[in-house]
Amino acid sequence: MITIKNLSKIYRTKKQNITAVDQLDLTIESGEIFGVIGYSGAGKSTFVRLLNRLEEPTAGEIIINGKDIVKQQKNELRLARQEIGMIFQHFNLLWSRTVHQNIAFPLEIAGVPKKERKAKVDRLIELVGLKGRENAYPSQLSGGQKQRVGIARALANDPKVLLCDEATSALDPETTDSILDLLVDINKRLGLTIVMITHEMNVIRKICHRVAVMDTGKVVEVGDAAHVFQNPQQAITKRFVQQLDGSEQYESLSAAALKEGAGTIVKLSFSGENVNQTVVSQTAKQFDVDINILQGNVLQTQTGAVGSLFLQLVGSEAEVEKALDFIRSANVKAEVQELV
Amino acid sequence: MFEKWFPNVDIADLNTAIYETFYMTILSLIGTFIIGIILGLLLYLTSKGKLWENKIVYWIVAAVVNVFRAIPFIILILLLFPFTDFIVGTIRGPEAALPALIIGSAPFYARLVEIALKEVDNGVIEAAKAMGAKNSTIMFKVLLKESMPALVSGITVTAIALIGSTAVAGVIGAGGLGDFAYFYGFQRRQFDVVFICTLLIVIVVFVFQFIGDLISNKLDKR
Repeated sequence: MITIKNLSKIYRTKKQNITAVDQLDLTIESGEIFGVIGYSGAGKSTFVRLLNRLEEPTAGEIIINGKDIVKQQKNELRLARQEIGMIFQHFNLLWSRTVHQNIAFPLEIAGVPKKERKAKVDRLIELVGLKGRENAYPSQLSGGQKQRVGIARALANDPKVLLCDEATSALDPETTDSILDLLVDINKRLGLTIVMITHEMNVIRKICHRVAVMDTGKVVEVGDAAHVFQNPQQAITKRFVQQLDGSEQYESLSAAALKEGAGTIVKLSFSGENVNQTVVSQTAKQFDVDINILQGNVLQTQTGAVGSLFLQLVGSEAEVEKALDFIRSANVKAEVQELV
Repeated sequence: MFEKWFPNVDIADLNTAIYETFYMTILSLIGTFIIGIILGLLLYLTSKGKLWENKIVYWIVAAVVNVFRAIPFIILILLLFPFTDFIVGTIRGPEAALPALIIGSAPFYARLVEIALKEVDNGVIEAAKAMGAKNSTIMFKVLLKESMPALVSGITVTAIALIGSTAVAGVIGAGGLGDFAYFYGFQRRQFDVVFICTLLIVIVVFVFQFIGDLISNKLDKR
């Protein structure tokens, strides 16, 4: 669907060259929701803007639907852009136009006759759940409603790809959820490929099938969302995952636990297949260890559930070691946590 | 009543003067609007990071605009005498005032247009680009449309400055209320004429401001 080869963007200034995107290779499959996560300055926003050439690439290829966007001439590019929808952090609606007129704008650009335009816009308004607000101006809408207009507008010309540049970053958590639900719904219903740029791991967890982690212009890690959650390889990915699984809070708990009685703190990670096993109770029964549950949670991702559980195992070193072996033999990842 | 308060005012002459003031103001306003929008768009589009970024064109347009804005109006009229004579065929009467009025106020309006266009959110222009809009679509349907309230309040300010300029032009024989006040009022020591002209000009200014505000507010959906 989207193949990116050796893509680079270098901003040249008099004093220095800044490499925003650095020889990036990536393949995004048709119909998937692909997340790109990174801290600000990682180059993720530049990356998504290269995909429809709002920024001109310095080098590389971007093949969307078999066509190399980078090589296209002005007019070809214009037509190609009509097939790539885009939504923005700050919605970027035309305030002088009503909801209906905003959604009709890309159709006007594509030269769709007025009658068809009206029917199409009515369908889109229904799709994004804005019925009754057709004649409102953007200033009369809430943030979530504005983004719904943005989504409807992006879908007007039946694109194959939807680019989302921090589309939920300006919204509160509840509104974010409703917008994410809408995106998942559209993805399923229309089979649309969605590229989602965000700095919120929660967004990735909720809707993305696959995820790429960006740092200083490079993709440092890419893979199935649930897999990346469970086995983060890079330090930066681990930090993102920690935003979600509560690892950040476990330390104070563990310190308190260790004061009470000696023991080993272990983090168990479960994925979809083994989340139902009764590992903990079996361990308690079979080995001479006491188990204290410190913290646990389960994250629902698009590609399955990922669970983590922090345990304090108290017992002789040998027994604890045996218990850990047992847990690992049940295909549950167990990591002994070092307290800092 | 009227004759008691304004014994020296000839109603027919006054009507002609009012008509000439409106004639000069409205025609020069139309010319100013068109030329100002064109120059303002050029200034905006050729500036850094915009659609037609071009340092040389920007520099030339900015220089022309600044030079004409710097020349005092009364001197501009004198300077333009040969040009006016060539275009209009005379240097007297309301028609003859039009070239100077337009050339004097279009650069001023062009700057206001440039400021108004700069206020348009870059993100919206980017969104239009991402939709595959042509530059002309971006110009007319995004830039000009989105900045319309500011363009209208800009032309209102310009209109009021123009009314003042028509009065100045009157002193060198362009007709209108300025002409009437100067020749029939001031020079003949008939101060009731000066007074009625002042009153009428103030009313005309108020009317323009009122209409301008009304339209601008109506257009503003922010």
